[in-house]
Amino acid sequence: MTRDGIASFRNPWFTASVGITAAIALVAAIVGFVWLPLQHPGERFKGVWDAICSAAGLVRNTSSGGQIVGADYLTTSVEIDPQMLEGASAESIGRGATLALRCTMCHGARGLSQADTPNLAGQYPVTIYKELVDFKTGARASAVMAPVMADLSDADMRDLAAYFAYLPRVTSSGPAAGEPPRIVASGAPLRGIAPCGACHGEVDSKASAAWLEGQPAIYLRTQLEAFSTGARHNDIGEQMRNIARQMTAAEIAVASAFYAERP
Amino acid sequence: MWNSKRLVLAHLWFAFAGFGAALLLGEWQMFIRSPLHAWISDPEWYYRSVTAHGTTMAYVFPTLVAMGFGYFVAEEALKQPLVGLRWAWLGFALVAIGTIAAIVPVALGLASVLYTFYPPLIGNPSYYIGVVLVVVGSWVWVALMSINMYRWKRDNPGAPVPFPMFATVAGSYLWGWTAVGAALELLFQIIPVALGWRSTIDAGLARVFFSWTLHAIVYFWLMPSYIAYYTIVPRAIGGRLFSDTMGRIAFILFLVVAMPIGIHHAFEDPQIGSGFKYLHSVFTALVALPTVLTVFTICASVEIAGRLRGGKGVLGWLAALPWRNPVMLGAALSFVMLGFGGAGGLINMSYQLNATVHNTQWITGHFHLIFAGAIVIMYFVIAYDIWPHLTGRALDSFRLMRAQLWTWFLGMIVLTFPWHWVGILGMPRRMAFYDYTDPAIAAQAASVTMSVVGGAILVVSGVLFFIVLVHGMTTQRVQPGTYRFSVAVRPPRVLPAALNGFGLWLGLMVALTIVNYGFPIAHSLATPGTAVPAVKVGERW
Repeated sequence: MTRDGIASFRNPWFTASVGITAAIALVAAIVGFVWLPLQHPGERFKGVWDAICSAAGLVRNTSSGGQIVGADYLTTSVEIDPQMLEGASAESIGRGATLALRCTMCHGARGLSQADTPNLAGQYPVTIYKELVDFKTGARASAVMAPVMADLSDADMRDLAAYFAYLPRVTSSGPAAGEPPRIVASGAPLRGIAPCGACHGEVDSKASAAWLEGQPAIYLRTQLEAFSTGARHNDIGEQMRNIARQMTAAEIAVASAFYAERP
Repeated sequence: MWNSKRLVLAHLWFAFAGFGAALLLGEWQMFIRSPLHAWISDPEWYYRSVTAHGTTMAYVFPTLVAMGFGYFVAEEALKQPLVGLRWAWLGFALVAIGTIAAIVPVALGLASVLYTFYPPLIGNPSYYIGVVLVVVGSWVWVALMSINMYRWKRDNPGAPVPFPMFATVAGSYLWGWTAVGAALELLFQIIPVALGWRSTIDAGLARVFFSWTLHAIVYFWLMPSYIAYYTIVPRAIGGRLFSDTMGRIAFILFLVVAMPIGIHHAFEDPQIGSGFKYLHSVFTALVALPTVLTVFTICASVEIAGRLRGGKGVLGWLAALPWRNPVMLGAALSFVMLGFGGAGGLINMSYQLNATVHNTQWITGHFHLIFAGAIVIMYFVIAYDIWPHLTGRALDSFRLMRAQLWTWFLGMIVLTFPWHWVGILGMPRRMAFYDYTDPAIAAQAASVTMSVVGGAILVVSGVLFFIVLVHGMTTQRVQPGTYRFSVAVRPPRVLPAALNGFGLWLGLMVALTIVNYGFPIAHSLATPGTAVPAVKVGERW
């Protein structure tokens, strides 16, 4: 038999192998694309073609599906990307310093709080910017912050973020924390709790997640409790709410105390 | 042996060196996440180790064994010097450079993305470029296998291609085509993002491309072992190959149906339609056929040996087999592991049953039992069988070889059976930390500890393997004589063209790939808004 003769229906090897392969593929296709989809009692296909399209993976607009259920509360409007707010200009920082005078009452003259509010000095600019926007839009509720934010423009909030990020981060003067408690170091895999450091610094940093070291314990605890009840809900993926809901009161207390004491 | 001894030895030593290092990493991983060790607190170290272990064991080790053994077969089966020796060294250099380029960023923690890449995770570009170099180096081998076979056919018109070469070329074509999926994913999707040219990636499409590679790569790993079943085992135990034709058909079936079935790795992926999942499931079931043919043919061949050695009766031939021969022992242990692993595979390929074990430790147990067990134990057998022909020295520590094969078998069973078990209990894979103090999984602690013990036995076996090989470099020089492959009961004199070449089968392989993958890929490409932002690994964002 010559080489040219291989791809010929006179060659029994060709006829048999192509025929058997095609037959298997055809029968499998009929079963997989027509018969099996039509056996699903929950699916309401408009016809065989509709079933085939569904089995092929096409996105279909059915009468039952397609409705997107929105949240019944305000969610954050900030779209974060890792490079945003990088490389702030000196002018931006200067404007931010002026605007920051209105923050000093609670957050201290140089971003270091004496009032159990967060220390802002050296915080990531993306984190500050996102929280400011959320306070302004109401995605994060605060009777104190909302009126302060009322007249700030988007540029103002970027300048404030640049200024606070520019300030030197001051390490805690308190006693150094010991080994991290288990909930901080390991999380609790069976309850879906990741280690805090997976987003907040020690292991990895995720955009918009704050660093927590030296923040007031009472502030950290209040926020975790607010996340767990849903009173605070400006984590658009529910990442903090899902974690906080699963934490016990004791774990919240120990994690907050640990970060407050950590330099 | 004409001129490729050093080439083959270089491939095998590099392969085994990587294997040894990755074996230690594997056991370390088992240990640190077991109840025997406190949580290491930083999962990054774990994933770094898993990436290095997987990359070495899945890409570098089997590829180099297949390449080295392929060059050996090309010379010894065709009885002619290897055509393209310089190109072969170039291929080896590409694999070696690629390995280093890939492993260095992994060691530095810049590419802890696991060997399956997992976009949208994106690591250092050097990792991916290194993997591409490994693949390109292996493609040089694919081309050389083809060239050597066709050069021989030209010089021997009408003569049947010796079976070992036919099977090797089938394996090389399978790899050449199946590596295209991962190559497309790397070159057009991942590397542009890793180099910073793009910031988003269609992870769903990437998974479809990877599944193109991911299943048939297992059959590429398997090829040297299957070639050894057919061409080494019957000869080594004094028997005959039951059927040359059956062997050719088995390798042809692997070539045609091993490729278009990879979506059974993506049964839970929403971007792929259920119809294609079913289609791939059907063809996955078909790929059991060449394995059934192989088990039948090899058992029949071994029975011939048993009867030639005086075995009588229905089972008497089993007792007459040369069980002290490492090749016989290795093949038998390999078959046992292949049986258990294959049975588990039938679960994984079934759409509904897969849902119960998907992404659990069952899967880890399954592919270790098949690859690290049934396949790798035959790599050891291949090395033991051809070593004297490569070194010109006797390899005579048979007791040590038997101990090595037994410990590998026992270690693999003790490692993987508990893995399967905890998988059924729901233990997820790819996790760095398990809290065994939690009552929900406290009962799994004993099984996991058992796996650590299995891993330790494997490390001992690995050490024995190196002792045997290194000892074999220092023994007295011998004249090993001409290397012989198994001879069939009825050696073929004339073969139909379809069993002596690959044109028809390559055509079927490509056609089935288009049928089974064409639409899912085209659909992903045509659907807007499927790309997601890349997540860079090893950078603080």
